[in-house]
Amino acid sequence: MVRLWIDGKEIEAEEGKTILEVARENGIYIPTLCYHEKLSPIGACRLCIVEIEGYDEPQPACMQPVQEGMVVRTNTERLYQMRRDILRVLLKDHPLDCPVCDKAGECRLQDLVYEFGLDSLIIEDAESLPMLARRPVSYATVAIKYYPSRCVLCQRCVYACREVAQRGVLALNKDHKVIEVVYPERCISCGECLAVCPVGALTQNVSPVRARPWQRKQVRTVCPYCGLGCVVDLHVFEDRVIGVSADESVPPNYGTLCVKGRFGFEFINSEERLGKPLIRTDGFIKGASWDEALDYVASRLREIKERYGPSAIAGLCSARCTNEDNYVFQKFMRAVIGTNNVDHCARL
Amino acid sequence: MAGLATTLGSGAMTNSLGDLEEAEVVLVFGSNTTENHPVFGMKLRRMARTKGTKIVVVDPRRIDLVEEAVLHLPLRPGTDIALINAMANVIVKEGLYDKAFVSDNTEGFEEFLKVIERYTPEEAERITGVKAEDIVRVARLYARAERAAILYCMGITQHAKGTDNVMALSNLALLCGHIGKPGTGINPLRGQNNVQGACDMGGLPNVFPGYQRVNDPEARKKFESLWGVKLPSEPGLTLGEMMEAILEGKVKALYIMGENPLLSDPNLHHVEEALSKLELLVVQDIFFTDTARFAHVVLPSCAFAEKDGTFTNTERRVQRVRKALEPKGEAKEDWWIISELSKRLGYPMDYSSAEEIFEEIRKATPQYAGITYRRIEREGIHWPCPSEDHPGTPILHAGKIARGKGLLVPVEYRPPQETPDSNYPFALITGRNYYHYHTGTMTRRSKVSSHYVPEPFVEINPADAQELGIADGDLVRIVSRRGQIEARAKVSERVKKGEVFSTFHFSEARVNLLTTDQMDPVAKIPELKVTAVRIEKI
Repeated sequence: MVRLWIDGKEIEAEEGKTILEVARENGIYIPTLCYHEKLSPIGACRLCIVEIEGYDEPQPACMQPVQEGMVVRTNTERLYQMRRDILRVLLKDHPLDCPVCDKAGECRLQDLVYEFGLDSLIIEDAESLPMLARRPVSYATVAIKYYPSRCVLCQRCVYACREVAQRGVLALNKDHKVIEVVYPERCISCGECLAVCPVGALTQNVSPVRARPWQRKQVRTVCPYCGLGCVVDLHVFEDRVIGVSADESVPPNYGTLCVKGRFGFEFINSEERLGKPLIRTDGFIKGASWDEALDYVASRLREIKERYGPSAIAGLCSARCTNEDNYVFQKFMRAVIGTNNVDHCARL
Repeated sequence: MAGLATTLGSGAMTNSLGDLEEAEVVLVFGSNTTENHPVFGMKLRRMARTKGTKIVVVDPRRIDLVEEAVLHLPLRPGTDIALINAMANVIVKEGLYDKAFVSDNTEGFEEFLKVIERYTPEEAERITGVKAEDIVRVARLYARAERAAILYCMGITQHAKGTDNVMALSNLALLCGHIGKPGTGINPLRGQNNVQGACDMGGLPNVFPGYQRVNDPEARKKFESLWGVKLPSEPGLTLGEMMEAILEGKVKALYIMGENPLLSDPNLHHVEEALSKLELLVVQDIFFTDTARFAHVVLPSCAFAEKDGTFTNTERRVQRVRKALEPKGEAKEDWWIISELSKRLGYPMDYSSAEEIFEEIRKATPQYAGITYRRIEREGIHWPCPSEDHPGTPILHAGKIARGKGLLVPVEYRPPQETPDSNYPFALITGRNYYHYHTGTMTRRSKVSSHYVPEPFVEINPADAQELGIADGDLVRIVSRRGQIEARAKVSERVKKGEVFSTFHFSEARVNLLTTDQMDPVAKIPELKVTAVRIEKI
């Protein structure tokens, strides 16, 4: 353990942690843009600069390990002006197209601009600031649109692709002007890059319907694909799922998803979903009411059971249905039909 | 399932996805993890690259995970037992096994020794095509590690000898005492979201919920008093046996809830014949599936996003499923449909919510007794969880094997039922692709998945392709003794010479028209991983 002072507060901290981590643990706010809990420190945006006694220049809190006796200030007038300047530079290139940007309302840059009161600057410099994003350019996957003009070059996407997905598809180009797709063939459309983008540079290209964060609700459930049971948050607007995200603090997937979990939700709202019960009569399949269909199935099951005995009836429950569905199904076969002829495709 | 239940006393994954991170060595048998369990595949990659975890891939194909592996053993399909036994042979011969663990915690060692004696690495090389020295290397790596885990998937179980394959793996873990601790164990990765749960809930012909046997009078008495009716004592039919029984005229009605056997099951002509013979076929699903075409009644059910309830994942973690949407059209929850039918058949089931059903599940299933919806509001709990103050059990067999003593079961290698010959010179391996899932009813409606993998394909080695005059992207015909399908050739080094790979996602090229329904005699799992086929250029 080391002892240090942040903004006059005496703090005991674990050795090896950074100033930013320790500050956050102690409820001290330092603004960040490129920093992300699950990635190693990137040090690209420099918004988290702090003053450390003994250093002439402010240092990025995300990169500096805490040291015994350190005296840190996070919130001086000089730091405030420097952070404002950093944001000014970002804004010079960043389009002010928030009304048409997917990220409006959950954009880190939008929040910071507001927080640092840059509205006056936007009005003063209106002539020279870019108002609209340039067209999206082709990206590593069709699941995601990339608007380079909205990119703040924080490199979260580059780090996430390399460190979380272990794919290394992306890199900052040589003149540090744009994120490049270096190995497109290595992309597996997992969307880890999309999940960490703090602005509207990477946006989902699957749902035709979109909604602002305050118009939609998020419902936490479990991915319906493989057996890992990744926890997902479905973004719901009106009667549709319009997107999927995942909480970084919840096991077993801790925020990570694959192409199916993140982008494979269109089937839920498919027009081909079965809408009503169907009964086949004389070779033709026709719509029926629930009462008709259930009465028909019940009477046919009763007839067959009476004529051939319960073991002439078999049932398949499902590795796709809930525990509750499966419990009720096997109980039905055993207690109501009177047979143990119940199985599912566990073996396939 | 059946294999581990015999040797350890519990058929489930022994460890959790979290603690596996602590393994120094991971042997991956017949699991294309990066494609079929992608999020865990990423984790394996991270472990290999940042923690130096040594990964060994045992798989006929050069799957992507080989990139991270210290060694790849590309065995001939269906020869797993020879390889695993040879590893055990080396471990015993070199005295690398955990003698204290074997004597305190296992039984059957003497019998086991007699069988594995004959499986020298050289003999295994002859059978598997894997170099003897590599087998020795992997055996030493696994045995000498402080913590080593085995992962496996359908590449191990979907064989006529699948249960034996699993028991052979279990022998290895028991021999080295790699069980009951973080970063060890034998871990089947479940392929579908709730296979574990469907098994736990008694969706099997021989057991009630919680693996309580239907032919055990005590268990039956318990369920008779819980459900208030007399219950049958004879174990029922498995899926494959059901199809047989239908053809023999013994089963007349089949009720299918949320499954699509007409794409997923082996030897589809056989399945088609069976389904069309039924007096009553009821299919309850979210789409009009291939199977629904044969149904007399089709009932629309809710998709996962329209349901409350629980799923149990591959690591036995019981997790909350929450309703996000109102049901599409007139779709109903599966349990509601069944309860309504039950009512009409004179047995009222008046459940008003999924939670009410779960409360009954807790009474019926000892492993779930301590789990409540409230407790799993934020994070799921690993069963067994016997009481409400129990934290759950991420690692099974800690301190003591569930069975009492782990059983070392001698298993012998026998060649697969169907081996390539001059008429059918290729071994066809079936499986899944990263962009699709199971029978494709969900992912083929995904723009992204369809963009990357729009149509059926077959992987073929460049040397074979050249010999047959096939170029990448050519349409080819795959022919087996039972049927034929067409697919696009994908010329790739991923498959060895003499082997081809295809998937079962596509209803226009149903690969299971080709496969055999030869089954494992115990687990009744079909041999989907080895079919003899020929490839014809169209």
